[in-house]
Amino acid sequence: MRPDDLLHPTPEGLYCPVGDFHIDPSRPVRRALITHGHADHARAGHGAVWATPETLEIMAIRYGEGFAAERRSDAKGEIGGVRVSFHPAGHVLGSAQIAVEAGGLRIVAAGDYKRAFDPTCAAFEPVPCDVFITEATFGLPVFRHPDPMAEIGRLLASLRDFPERAHLVGVYALGKAQRLIALLRAAGWERPVYIHGALRKLCDYYVCRGIDLGPLEDATAEKGAAARYAGEVVLAPPSAFGATWARRFPDPLFAFASGWMQVRARARQRGAELGLVISDHCDWAGLTETIREIDPGEVWITHGREEALMRWCEIEGRAARPLHLVGYEDEPE
Amino acid sequence: MRAFAALMDRLAFTPGRKEKLRAIRLHLDRTPDPCRGWALAALTGGLELRTVTPALLRRLAAERTDEALFALSYDYVGDLAETVSLIWPGEGDGAEPPRLSDVVEKLRRAGRAEAPALVSGLLDRLAPPERYALVKLATGGLRVGVSARLAKQAAAEWGGVEAAEIEELWHGLAPPYPELFAWLTGGEKPAAAGRAPFRPVMLATPFEARDREAAEPADFAAEWKWDGVRVQAVSDRGERRLYTRTGEDISPAFPDLVAAMAFEGALDGELLVRAEGDVGAFNDLQQRLNRKTAPKALMARLPAVLRAYDILRAGAEDLRPCGYAERRERLGAFVAALDPERFDLSPEIPFESWEALDTLRSAPPHPAIEGVMLKRLESPYLAGRPKGPWFKWKREPHLIDAVLMYAQRGHGKRSSFYSDYTFGVWDGETLAPVGKAYFGFTDEELKKIDRFVRANTVERFGPVRSVRAEPDFGLVLEVAFEGLAASSRHRSGVAMRFPRIARLRWDKPPREADRLETLKAMIETAGPRT
Ligand SMILES: [Zn+2]
Repeated sequence: MRPDDLLHPTPEGLYCPVGDFHIDPSRPVRRALITHGHADHARAGHGAVWATPETLEIMAIRYGEGFAAERRSDAKGEIGGVRVSFHPAGHVLGSAQIAVEAGGLRIVAAGDYKRAFDPTCAAFEPVPCDVFITEATFGLPVFRHPDPMAEIGRLLASLRDFPERAHLVGVYALGKAQRLIALLRAAGWERPVYIHGALRKLCDYYVCRGIDLGPLEDATAEKGAAARYAGEVVLAPPSAFGATWARRFPDPLFAFASGWMQVRARARQRGAELGLVISDHCDWAGLTETIREIDPGEVWITHGREEALMRWCEIEGRAARPLHLVGYEDEPE
Repeated sequence: MRAFAALMDRLAFTPGRKEKLRAIRLHLDRTPDPCRGWALAALTGGLELRTVTPALLRRLAAERTDEALFALSYDYVGDLAETVSLIWPGEGDGAEPPRLSDVVEKLRRAGRAEAPALVSGLLDRLAPPERYALVKLATGGLRVGVSARLAKQAAAEWGGVEAAEIEELWHGLAPPYPELFAWLTGGEKPAAAGRAPFRPVMLATPFEARDREAAEPADFAAEWKWDGVRVQAVSDRGERRLYTRTGEDISPAFPDLVAAMAFEGALDGELLVRAEGDVGAFNDLQQRLNRKTAPKALMARLPAVLRAYDILRAGAEDLRPCGYAERRERLGAFVAALDPERFDLSPEIPFESWEALDTLRSAPPHPAIEGVMLKRLESPYLAGRPKGPWFKWKREPHLIDAVLMYAQRGHGKRSSFYSDYTFGVWDGETLAPVGKAYFGFTDEELKKIDRFVRANTVERFGPVRSVRAEPDFGLVLEVAFEGLAASSRHRSGVAMRFPRIARLRWDKPPREADRLETLKAMIETAGPRT
C-alpha cells in the first residue's frame, strides 16, 4: 500500500479512504478522529468523533454535550480494517498523536505537539512509523523557545520590580492558561491567581482531572476594588485586553505568553510590555530533533512555515512533502 | 551582560516614563562598577561602537547556517540583529556570560582585522538574549527607547542629586564615568569637569488666560520669540562650544559662528541664519543643522548668527542668581563688544497692557517671529521649566476641520482605549490623511471617541482600526497645529507641526471638513517650517 492510499489531504483535512474517516477536519464530516481540543482542530457537528476522553470532555465543555452524534474514546481500535491508536502529544491536556496502520504501513499524524516541560499534560511519546506528519507552526530556525521556568522568572522579576502594577497576562483558554499557572506554582508563587471568566470552566476541568493549580479567583472586580490587584497576576484571553474589562486594573502591565513573543515586531504589534516566550508547540530544535529521533521514511508537513522545514529535510536528505492543509491558525486558542 | 540585555528589553517594551526611570535606577543599583557606567554610556548615546558592519554580521551568520534558511528567517523577523541573535547556532557555553565592561573593552580595542573573529567568539559564548544586546552594541545601533536626558535623570534620582548637576558636569566626563559614580555613591562631587560646560537652560511655560489675570505687565519684560534653534554659546579659556537646549554639542556644524565667539562667558540665544541680508526662515537654518561639518559655500550663503536672549556667565562671574533686569543690562554691554555681523540683541518690546501686547503679537514685524517671550524682571536664571518667571505667548495656532480615519490603541493607562488618531481632509472625493494626534482631549472626550471607534470600525489591522469616514457619516475633529510644511514624505504632500485635537465637532458632517487645497494654500501663511 502506498502512503497516499492510506491517508491523503482533502479540502476538509486529512482523509483515510480505507477506513472512511478524517483527522481534525475543518468542516463537519461523517467520522472524525480528533487530536486535541483546540477550536481549529476540534470542530462541532461531526457525525461520530473518536478522541481521547479528555478531548471529548473538553469539546463537550466548549460546544455542549450534543457536539457530535456519537463518541468513542478507546486508546486503540479499528475502523474498516485500519488500526488506530492514540499516543500523548504533550501539547495540552488530552492531546494525542493519531497512528493509523494498514497493509504493513503506519502513519502518525502528530497534530500539535511539543517536547518542552509541561506539568499539565502527558509528555510526547515518539512512535516509530513510515510517515510522520508534523506541524510547522514555529518552523524557522529563529524559533528557539527558552526554558519556560526562566520565562516565569522574568514575570516574577517584573512583579518584584513593579509591585504596584497589576500584571495582566494574555493566554489562550485551553492549555496555555493552565500551564502558566502550573509553572507559576512550580516557581513558588503561592498567591491567588486571578482569572478572567472565559478561563474558568477549563481551569476547573483541569483541576478535576487532578492538576493542582492552587487558589484561583475570579478577576471580576466590583468598582473601587482595583487596588487589590496591585502586584497580582491576572490571566485573560488576549481579546479581553482591548475590551473595557481591562480598565478596572491599576496601572496594568500587559504581558503575553506565546511563542510569537520571541519576535520583537510581533510582541510590539500585540502591545506587550512583557513578552513571555512560552509555547505549547515545538520550536525549531524540537521539530528537527523529533524528526531525527523518529527517523520516519517520509515526513509530511502540515500547517505553519513548511518552506524552511522542507529545506531542512532536503539538507538532511529526508523525503518530505508539504500538505498545504488549510484552516489551522498560527497559534490557536 | 545578562542584566544589561534584560534592561535593554525592558526599556524597549515599557512605554511609561516612570517605569523606564525605575528600570534604569534598579539596574544602576544592582550592577557594580564599571558595568553600570558602560550601561549609562550606552543609554546616553556615548557608546557609538562600529566594530562590525551589518553586512559583515550577515555574512558571519550565513556562514554558520544555511543561506536559504537564513534568508527565510530574516524575511520573517525583519531585523538583522534579532535574526542573527536567534539563528546563531548553539545556546551559548552555559557559563556565566562575560561582563558588559569586558565586552565593551574588547569591542573598542578590536581592529578591523580581528573584529569578525571577536564577534563570532562572543556570539558562541552568549545565549540569544545577550547576543541581541551584543550585536546592537557592536554595530552601534543601540536605540533603546530612552533619551539621554531620561537616562541622566534616572542616574540623578538614584544618586539623590539634581539632574541639572549631572547635565552641567556631563561634557567633562567620559565613560564609564568613575568620578560620577563615586559622587553618586556618596563621594566627592567631581571638580568642574572640563571647560566650557553646558548649563541647563531655563524654559518658559505657555501664557494661559489665568496667568494673564494674575500677572502685572509692569513686572515683565517682553521680547520676540524667534523661530530658530535655542542654543547656548559657551567660551571658556580657549574652549568654545555651541550647545542645543538639551546639551547636545553642535559646534562642528557652525564653525563660522564659533570662530566669532571671542569672549569669556556663556550666552543664551537663538541660533539663526542670515539669508540675503535678512533673518532666514527655519528651512534655511535646517540646511545647516544635523551636519558633522559645514561646506564653505553653504556658510557663505547662509551664515550663522546668534540673537542673544540672556547671559549666564561673564568672565568668571556666574550671573544666573541675578535678576533678569540686571542680566539684560549686562547682556547689552557684553554683546556690544562682539562682532555685530554675528551677534545682536533680541530687541525688547515696550508695552503697557496685555491687550496692547496681544495686538503686537498677532501682527509681528517679521515672519521668523513665532510669538513673544515674557520674563519676570526679578527672576534669576533657573534650570528647567519653573512655572511663573518665564512665559511664552505664541501666535494663535492654526485650525482646520479634519475627519477621523484611523484610531490606534494607546499605551500604558490608555492601552484599552483607542487614543491615537489619524485624520484626513478631502482630496477630491476621497480623504487624504494629513496628520496624527494623540492629545488635546479630556478623559471624558477620549471615552466618547473610543466608543465611536468601536461602534464604527470598518477594518482592523493589529492595534489599528479604520473607522467610517463618509461625506455624511463620521467624526469631524477640529485640529490645531503650529505650522505646516510641504513634504514629499507624506502622501498628502503636507506635514503638520504639533497637531492636537482642539475640539470634537460631533455637530459637523464630514463633507464640510477642510480640503487639501486649503491646507496647501496655508503652507504660505503657516510658515515653511517643518
Ligand atoms: Zn493546538
